[in-house]
Amino acid sequence: MKQILSGNEAIARGAHEAGVKVASAYPGTPSTEILENITRYPEIDAAWATNEKVALEVGIGASFGGARTLVTMKHVGVNVAADPLFTLSYTGVRGGLVLVTADDPELHSSQDEQDNRNYAKFAKVPMLEPSNSQECKDFTKLGFELSEKYDTPVLLRTTTRISHSKSIVELDDNVAQTPQTGLFKDPAKYVMLPGNARVRHKIVEERLVQLSQDAASMAVNRIEMRDTKVGVITAGVSYQYVREVLPEASVLKLGLVHPLPHDLIREFAGKVEKLFVVEELDPFIEEQVQAMGIEVTGKEILSLCGELTPGRLKQGFGLPASAESAVDKLPGRPPNMCPGCPHRGVFYTLNKLKAYVCGDIGCYTLGFMPPLSAMDSCICMGASIGMATGASKVVSPEERKKVVGVIGDSTFLHTGVNGLIDLVYNQSTATIIILDNRITAMTGRQENPGSGHTLMGEATNAIDFTMLCKAIGVKHVRTINPLDLAECEKVIKEEMERPEPSVIITDKPCVLIKTEGVFTKGDTLCVEEDACVGCRACLKIGCPAIEWVPDSGKKGKAKIDPLLCNGCDVCRQLCKFSAIGVAK
Amino acid sequence: MSGKVTNVLLVGVGGQGILLASEVLSEACMLAGFDVKKSEIHGMSQRGGSVVSHVRYGEEVFSPIVPEGEGDLLFGFELMESYRSLPLLRPGATVVANDLCIPPPSVLMGNEAYPEGLDQKIAQKFPDFILVDGLKLANEAGNPRAANTVLLGAVSKRLNLEERYWLEAIERMVPKKALEVNLKAFAAGRNL
Ligand SMILES: Cc1ncc(C[n+]2csc(CCOP(=O)(O)OP(=O)(O)O)c2C)c(N)n1
Repeated sequence: MKQILSGNEAIARGAHEAGVKVASAYPGTPSTEILENITRYPEIDAAWATNEKVALEVGIGASFGGARTLVTMKHVGVNVAADPLFTLSYTGVRGGLVLVTADDPELHSSQDEQDNRNYAKFAKVPMLEPSNSQECKDFTKLGFELSEKYDTPVLLRTTTRISHSKSIVELDDNVAQTPQTGLFKDPAKYVMLPGNARVRHKIVEERLVQLSQDAASMAVNRIEMRDTKVGVITAGVSYQYVREVLPEASVLKLGLVHPLPHDLIREFAGKVEKLFVVEELDPFIEEQVQAMGIEVTGKEILSLCGELTPGRLKQGFGLPASAESAVDKLPGRPPNMCPGCPHRGVFYTLNKLKAYVCGDIGCYTLGFMPPLSAMDSCICMGASIGMATGASKVVSPEERKKVVGVIGDSTFLHTGVNGLIDLVYNQSTATIIILDNRITAMTGRQENPGSGHTLMGEATNAIDFTMLCKAIGVKHVRTINPLDLAECEKVIKEEMERPEPSVIITDKPCVLIKTEGVFTKGDTLCVEEDACVGCRACLKIGCPAIEWVPDSGKKGKAKIDPLLCNGCDVCRQLCKFSAIGVAK
Repeated sequence: MSGKVTNVLLVGVGGQGILLASEVLSEACMLAGFDVKKSEIHGMSQRGGSVVSHVRYGEEVFSPIVPEGEGDLLFGFELMESYRSLPLLRPGATVVANDLCIPPPSVLMGNEAYPEGLDQKIAQKFPDFILVDGLKLANEAGNPRAANTVLLGAVSKRLNLEERYWLEAIERMVPKKALEVNLKAFAAGRNL
C-alpha cells in the first residue's frame, strides 16, 4: 500500500517494520513527530524522557537487554546526549540502536544550525542520510541491520526539509522478527573502565575501516551516470535539489555519509571532468574528498550558512535565476504568545521592574519580543539558572537584585534542576521563576514529568515543583497566579530584593492544553467604547486579541476580538479607566 | 505536459488550517496517480507567524520545495501573506486569495498600518487572480469553519486534477460529522 508520509512518520513506520521494541526521545523540532507517530504501533514501548541524555541512556539499557531501540532528538539534543553516545560507540550494542538526529539548517526553529554529521566522525559511528520519506523508512530499517551487523550505534540524520516534507511511501506489512530480550552479562564489552575501553577502542577503529570498505558496495551509495562534464557528490535533500537544478549532471548519491566509500569516490571522480560536492552547512564530504587528494569544488560556490534551495544552487552554479516580481515592504509577522498565555503577565512585570532576565528556551522566549521586551540572554535549554548564578557573581549588590532567571517547566526538568542545585549549593542570590504551564508547549504540547501524563496519555506522578525546590534547599519558594498582575509585581519585587536564593512558580496552564479540566477559558472581554480614552495601556502586553483602531474617537481606541480573547483578564487590570468589561 | 511538475504554494497565518488544506491537495494528487511532495515548516511559525506550504506534483518530483520564482498557483488564506508570497511565482501564475486581513502585531499595536489596495496590486501583477470571500460562502454552506474548503474548491477548478479525486481526498481527510458541510463548501468554491 502507498501512503503520503512525512519523513518523521516514515521513520516511525520504519521502526515498526524493523521490529523495534523501545523508543525513547525528548521533543525538539524537527524531530518531535517521530515519537508522536510511534504511539500508533502498540507493540513499541514509547516514552518521553526528561532530556536527550536520559533518552539515549534508556535506549542503551534496552539495547543491552537485546531490544531493537530507536532514540530521537533534534540536533542540539545530541549535544546533551553526547556523553553516553561517545562511549556507546566503544561498547557497541546488543539489540540494534538507531539514534535519529534531526538537524535544522536555516534555524527555522532552533538556536543554532550545527551540522551533526560531525558527530558521526567525532564519535566514530556510521551515519545514514535519507533524501525523501521512502528512504527515511528504508534507512531506518537498514540502520538496525547495520547496527547489529557491525555492533555499533547508527546515526540517522534528517534535516527539517526531510523530517517535515511529505512524499509517497510504499508500506511493508511484514514486521521483522527479532530475538527474545533478556538480561545478558558481558563485562569486558559493556563495562567501560580504562582496561576494557582500551581494547574496545581498537575494535572501533577496525570497524570504521571495515565499514568504509563495505560502503562501496552498499546499495544506498550509488553512481548515476549521465553527462560526464559535471559530476556531483551529494546526499540528503541536497540530492533532490541537484536532480532538480542539474538534471544532466552525473551524481554519486551517498546514503551512508560516514564513513565515506573511498573506492566509490575515486571511481566516480575518474569518470567525470569536473567534480563538485553539494552539501548544506559544513564542507563535511568536501574536506574528506580533498584529503584523498582529489580536486573538488564545494563551499567555494555554496554558502556555509543556511539551507540549500533550488534557487541558491542555481546561483552557485551560475545558472540564470527565475525572474522574481518585486513587492512593497510589508509589516512583518513574527510569532507571538497566544491570547491568554500565562507567560505574558510575568514578562510584563519583569519589564516594569527593569529586571536583567537570564532567559531559557520555550514559548516564553517570545518574552524577548516587543512590547514585552524582557529577556537579556538565551543560550540553550537549562542555561538560565547557571547564567543567573554567574551574572550575580560579577555585579554590584544593587545590580545583583535585578538578576532573574526564567525557565519553563519542561526545561527546568530537562537540565534546569542541576543549575538550581548549584545555585543553592553556592549560595547565589538570584531569583528564579519557573513558568509552570503544565506542558512542553513550544514543540507542540508534549507531556512531561510535571504534567501528570505520559506520552501514551496514561496518568502518572506529577512532580511537585515546590517540594522539589525545597528539597534542594531553597527556603523561599512561592507560587503565584501569573494572570494577577498585582500579585506578580508584589511577589517578584519582594523576591528580587531578598539577598537569598528564591524560586517563584507560576500556576496557570497553557491555553492550548486540550485535556479536559486543565485549561478553562475566562469570560470574553470587550472594550466599552465610551469609556476608552485611547491611553494604549492595554497594548503594552502585545496580546493578539487586542487591536488599536486609529480612526475611532479623537485619538483612536482599543478593540478586543471576541473570537480570539481567552478571558485571561490581564488587559482589564491594566485599564485605569475601567473601559474593559465582560462582553455581553 | 506529462513531464512537467505543477507547483502550488499555500500561504497564510499560523493556525489558519493551511496544513490540512495542503494535505487534502496532496492526497488528491496521489489518488490521481501523480508523484507528489509537500513541504512546510512547523514550530515557531505556529505561534501566529507566516506559514508557507509547498505542494508539487507531476510524473516525478525531486525538490520538496517550489523553486524560487516557479510557482504556478498561489493559494492565499490571508491577503497580506498572499501579496508577500508573490516573488515565489512565475510570471503569468494563477492567484486564488481569501478576502481576509489578519493584522500582524505591529498593526495591532498601532505602530504600522495594514497596507491598502493589496488586491489591486496583486491583480496588476497577476491578471489571473480571483479574490474569494471564503467566510461568506462558508456561512452560506452552513458553517463558517468551512471557509478553507470553499477556497479549496476555487483552487480545484484551476488545477489539472479531476473532481472525483478531490472529493475522495476530502472524504478521507475530513471527519464524518463535518463532511456534508465541507462538500457543500467545496462545490460553492468550485462554482466561482
Ligand atoms: C537540547 C534541546 N532539546 C530540545 C529543544 C527543543 N525545545 C525548545 S523549547 C522546548 C521545551 C519548552 O517547554 P517548556 O520549558 O515547558 O516551555 P513552554 O514552551 O511550555 O513555555 C523544547 C523541547 C531544544 N531547543 N534544545
